[in-house]
Amino acid sequence: MVVREKILDMVVSCFKRHGAKGLDTPAFELKEMLTEKYGEDSMLIYDLKDQGGELLSLRYDLTVPFARYLAMNKVKKMKRYHVGKVWRRESPTIVQGRYREFCQCDFDIAGQFDPMIPDAECLKIMCEILSGLQLGDFLIKVNDRRILDGIFAVCGIPESKFHAICSSIDKLDKMSWKDVRHEMVAKKGLAPEVADRIGDYVQCHGGVSLVEQMFQDSELSQNQHALEGLRDLKLLFEYLTLFGVAEKISFDLSLARGLDYYTGVIYEAVLLQTSARAGEEPLNVGSVAAGGRYDGLVGMFDPKGHKVPCVGLSIGVERIFSIVEQRMKNVGEKIRTTETEVFVATPQKNFLQERLKLIAELWDAGIKAELMYKNNPKLLTQLRYCENMGIPLMVIIGEQELKEGVIKLRSVASREEVAIKRENLVAEIQKRLSES
Amino acid sequence: MAERAALEELVRLQGERVRGLKQQKASAEQVRPRRQGRGQSKAEEDRAGVVCTEIEEEVAKLLKLKAQLGPDEGKQKFVLKTPKGTRDYSPRQMAVREKVFEVIISCFKRHGAEVIDTPVFELKETLTGKYGEDSKLIYDLKDQGGELLSLRYDLTVPFARYLAMNKLTNIKRYHIAKVYRRDNPAMTRGRYREFYQCDFDIAGQFDPMIPDAECLKIMCEILSSLQIGDFLVKVNDRRILDGMFAICGVPDSKFRTICSSVDKLDKVSWEEVKNEMVGEKGLAPEVADHIGDYVQQHGGVSLVKQLLQDPKLSQNKQALEGLGDLKLLFEYLTLFGIADKALEEKVRTTETQVLVASAQKKLLEERLKLVSELWDAGIKAELLYKKNPKLLNQLQYCEETGIPLVAIIGEQELKDGVIKLRSVASREEVDIRREDLVEEIKRRTNQPICIC
Repeated sequence: MVVREKILDMVVSCFKRHGAKGLDTPAFELKEMLTEKYGEDSMLIYDLKDQGGELLSLRYDLTVPFARYLAMNKVKKMKRYHVGKVWRRESPTIVQGRYREFCQCDFDIAGQFDPMIPDAECLKIMCEILSGLQLGDFLIKVNDRRILDGIFAVCGIPESKFHAICSSIDKLDKMSWKDVRHEMVAKKGLAPEVADRIGDYVQCHGGVSLVEQMFQDSELSQNQHALEGLRDLKLLFEYLTLFGVAEKISFDLSLARGLDYYTGVIYEAVLLQTSARAGEEPLNVGSVAAGGRYDGLVGMFDPKGHKVPCVGLSIGVERIFSIVEQRMKNVGEKIRTTETEVFVATPQKNFLQERLKLIAELWDAGIKAELMYKNNPKLLTQLRYCENMGIPLMVIIGEQELKEGVIKLRSVASREEVAIKRENLVAEIQKRLSES
Repeated sequence: MAERAALEELVRLQGERVRGLKQQKASAEQVRPRRQGRGQSKAEEDRAGVVCTEIEEEVAKLLKLKAQLGPDEGKQKFVLKTPKGTRDYSPRQMAVREKVFEVIISCFKRHGAEVIDTPVFELKETLTGKYGEDSKLIYDLKDQGGELLSLRYDLTVPFARYLAMNKLTNIKRYHIAKVYRRDNPAMTRGRYREFYQCDFDIAGQFDPMIPDAECLKIMCEILSSLQIGDFLVKVNDRRILDGMFAICGVPDSKFRTICSSVDKLDKVSWEEVKNEMVGEKGLAPEVADHIGDYVQQHGGVSLVKQLLQDPKLSQNKQALEGLGDLKLLFEYLTLFGIADKALEEKVRTTETQVLVASAQKKLLEERLKLVSELWDAGIKAELLYKKNPKLLNQLQYCEETGIPLVAIIGEQELKDGVIKLRSVASREEVDIRREDLVEEIKRRTNQPICIC
């Protein structure tokens, strides 16, 4: 939990740094709000039992609730972040950090603005967070829904097969082209020549030079959709260069993310694990963040169909938690589960009252302190407790100290003890804590 | 198509019928506090049972009708809203929430608590049998072919499940999260179906009352830091209540139901509570009166000492245990510096508002004159039947019997034409002109008695 807290703090402070306001929505929505928003994934939604009232479902993500909020409150412009749990009835594969209940950290910008500036900021935020978490090398794949549409049109794939083919192509990060091609032909009924044509495109990835290359493609450049997408991507790369993150971004034509509501640029961040052998492609360990532009979603809620263009990102913190926890275990780093600064102890019997008085003084001064819930604890037990819990300081009171009007202040790590006058104790503790 | 429209209309009407029944039930239960373990009178239970079955029947009818409509209910014209009893937190509300949580969390951390989190739903069987009557307020998830699940109703049962599952015997933890109850929401009063709880719990076998005292210290720290005004923490002990009921003659079988009546004393008068106990729950009037003598008392540690002296109560083993623990608790609370924030619930046996006292000797006549003025003005007043009582004794008398004000006559004040009016609780004294005294007392006695 402590690891999780630190990570969430870091993510939220990045969102705040970019001027986002916090928002929260209920865990469940009216079932009808979520219907028809997730395509095939709709069967993964948790429904609540019909108990005679409204039909409800647990939220599947934080994006649809956001769109509902915008439409409901007639908001035209908003930059918001939302940290919350979402629920999906997937096959949980806990090894990969994929649960049925998991936390998402979303950042979205709603509103009509000049093109690609908000989109670029989203990517900048993803880079800041992934760098800040020090998870190692990462890569953000970028594509555009319109470019995909264009490619499919140019290759002669019917719209009816769009989703099916997309989901195959999406597997290119895990499967070889050969296997993907086989799936498309054998299982999804695609003609082999068409599959080959698709293959020519979707195996491409590169920087802004690939964008230029696509502009030159004789067929693609005829397609209106694709052209729009390419233009936006070109602009995006310009801004990302100015933001200093262009080298983390890869224009990847195989990125074909699942969700129905994306209308423009889409992106996905993956961690790269550098393999031992030089010259090998770095393996990626799965996506840790993703997002895109979705201009039509709010319009689906608005009674008059008024659109509010949106772009956003979601940080997959659960996967990040697992990675960080594992890493800390490997390194043998000790994680403290409390933030206690001072432990109030006594070596003598019948000193509970003094401990209670003393600890109340510390609490009232805002110092994080604990004591043992025993009338007459042994000093050794108290010492061990401090060592186990990582508590840095101990204050020890006994008869001698009481007579002299002092308290013994002990550093748990160094075991050094010094007698401090009772009235100076709080100040001395605060001084030491601020120094450490 | 006309059939379908007719069916939809039936569904609508049936839905309204169900809502109406639930409303009726809700208004009948208005005064019932939202806690578990409440008992009810037989009559109340029967009535509630009848309404419950009726609601269940009508809900079943509704579900049947809806099923007839079929899964494809056509193009929904939906209303853009959050589910009943829930709400979004706007950025402004989020900012306030963040500040409040910061105060609460930093206090929990200051006391060395670890933090845990649990899933929003539990296996249905984990929650079954833990909430008594409130079980019907639990949100269930639809059976979609997997485990049967329910949304958590509080954070305590999940905590207990966590302890048992991980075989933990000792832990001090806090948990801040939302819980879910299919209650009748009264959102203007801050009563929702989805709402936050901030729990702090200490699990483990320790020396008595130290953790308990720390919990109270935490409550006081948080309420003070939040600066929402003066507050009071009421304290009692289940064993004292049970002991008290036993010696008053409450039959064992009625313990819980009488408890729930007594619980209402913070909202209704003693008369109403007594009527409920006698009229609805079949308690003998003398027994009710007996209870009245006890349950209307509140005070500090002096009340504990007083009850320890009570000839009947001190014979009851349970009550003695409870009183012993409370005495220890108050000792620790005093060391923690918060004993004045914790008052034990006490019922007064008299309603005297003012004690007329004298600071020096030979002022009996003056006291008699003054008390008579107060009586004539309809003020409930007393004086000690002593010619020359000591001031200290008179003040102590007030504390013991719960009299809130003292009108002190002194020689100097007589010359100045004033009376010293003293608040027993706050110990503040102010000189009031003789002719203004009655008005001032009347003004003050409209305020609630317990002000810390």
